[in-house]
Amino acid sequence: MKKLNIIIIIFLLFSLSNISAEELDKRNKITKNLRCLICQGQSVYDSDSEFANSLKIVVDEKIKEGLSEKQIYDYFKEKYGDWILYDPGINKYTYFLWLLPLLIFLFGGTIIYKKLIKKL
Amino acid sequence: MKNKILPISLILFFIIIFYIFYKGLEDSKIYTPNLNTTIKIPNFNIKDFYTNETIESSNIFKSDEVYLLNIWSSWCVPCRQEHPLLMKLNKELGLNIVGMNYKDNKENARDFLNELGNPYHKVFTDLDGTIAIEWGAYGVPESYLISDNNIIKKYVGPLNHEIIDEIKLLIK
Repeated sequence: MKKLNIIIIIFLLFSLSNISAEELDKRNKITKNLRCLICQGQSVYDSDSEFANSLKIVVDEKIKEGLSEKQIYDYFKEKYGDWILYDPGINKYTYFLWLLPLLIFLFGGTIIYKKLIKKL
Repeated sequence: MKNKILPISLILFFIIIFYIFYKGLEDSKIYTPNLNTTIKIPNFNIKDFYTNETIESSNIFKSDEVYLLNIWSSWCVPCRQEHPLLMKLNKELGLNIVGMNYKDNKENARDFLNELGNPYHKVFTDLDGTIAIEWGAYGVPESYLISDNNIIKKYVGPLNHEIIDEIKLLIK
């Protein structure tokens, strides 16, 4: 009986740690993309400030509530604005940032293509 | 002419890029929160500082009244600095000040209020700082002027005489 109890406990511990490992991965991913607004160049994941620690608790709560990554980002965006995200989506303030590399690539590509055509 | 189009457009392109980045240098690198937008107050449950009872936010903030929510802590030095001004606001204007004790030791918080006076009509406890996140707070001290269940002004940092004058004007 004792052995069975131990096996059950070990099984439960393993299954519990599996769930929390998944949650931990999600939490780490999210907190790495959240900026610690009171720190200098640190993410919430890296920071141990009061603000970052509270944010980590809120992220945990939101994950437990079943919110998706996007929903959690939207929640923080609503509270603190786009600045809290390290990886903001395309909007009127960031479209240039997103499109610039593509424009440079196309521009450079055209120059190289034209030069190559000329040589051939 | 055809040969000149490419270098001219290249130069133009780099001038535009240079201008954009040069303009970017003038922007402040310090994050400044948006303090002037009107936002609805969040819904939350919070524990009363004295009775430890859980209270819903809708029972704290009534729609027809003006409130000043002050996030404070006994370990925060600027909170000590602004406390006499909160006492003044309460005494002179009778403003409904709600205190939210942030990540604090209860005994120390109680001593803080006993020593400097209690300007709050109601005091609540935010032990893990998650309610402050609901408000979009960065730390302590922070104050929110609330009217009609909307945040009409947010003050990050300690209150000063200028802010007190502004609050007086706003609540008139």
